[in-house]
Amino acid sequence: MHDGHDHAHPLRPDRDEHPGYYQVMATALRELLLEKNVFTAEELRRQMEKMDERGPHLGARVVARAWADAAFKTRLLADGPAACRELGVDIGPTRLVVLENRPELHNLVVCTLCSCYPRALLGLPPDWYKSVNYRRRAVREPRAVLEEFGTRIPDGTAVRVHDSTAELRYIVLPMRPAGAEGLDEAALAALVTRDAMIGVALPKAP
Amino acid sequence: MTGASAAFAAGDAVRVRRAFPIGHVRAPFYIRGKAGTVERYCGEFGNPEERSVMQEDGPPIGLYRVRFRQAEVWPDYRGRPEDSIDIEIYANWLERA
Repeated sequence: MHDGHDHAHPLRPDRDEHPGYYQVMATALRELLLEKNVFTAEELRRQMEKMDERGPHLGARVVARAWADAAFKTRLLADGPAACRELGVDIGPTRLVVLENRPELHNLVVCTLCSCYPRALLGLPPDWYKSVNYRRRAVREPRAVLEEFGTRIPDGTAVRVHDSTAELRYIVLPMRPAGAEGLDEAALAALVTRDAMIGVALPKAP
Repeated sequence: MTGASAAFAAGDAVRVRRAFPIGHVRAPFYIRGKAGTVERYCGEFGNPEERSVMQEDGPPIGLYRVRFRQAEVWPDYRGRPEDSIDIEIYANWLERA
């Protein structure tokens, strides 16, 4: 309880004592790989750390550069992975497709089958992205879903949903907000949110 | 399937097979039987239906991004007529429309 408040917050129970089937299998696999010297505990830790360091700040850098540099934007739309490498953003083997929002077209990304997501540029997907509700409804009634996120798409703008069902991964290149003309890339990147790159929101206003 | 992988080009009219096999299939149920237009050829990849049962040595198959009109996908769609959806579909699920 907080001081001065008389309500209790629910506690999330610790689940460490009773791991499920897949947790047991994952632990067994990890222990075997370590025991057989496929990799070391330090290498495993470093890889986990590296994965956790990935996040929307990487995608935001890419978007900000595209806003600031028209030639870069052209290269980004033509070959996403190569353009990211130019910025020193290593997206590994991800086959990235960059979807450009335009006044007449708004893009929205979903994975109806599971939770495919451009992790190399955005990190781990938010819980709602993996929810059955979002996955089911983003394809069925995207405009209603967008409105629930507080995003109203004008009638003259088409909505295009991208269902990441297989090998490609998608990131939305939002439109640069009005009033952002004089900003440098760092200031532009601060306007770019994770949700804007999934397509459920628009970038922040400067 | 190797020959079929380059079977379609951007702009071709295609239809997703209306079939319901059991197992790991990456053609969503909601798009089976629907007609769309090839947006791009994505290259050849291992067949996920075979890989899901540990068969890794089969020939790669073509993958396409196909664009569908939402009004075609959902007869009661309530958005705008120009709304669309792009889905990656493997060649073994596509036939010429």
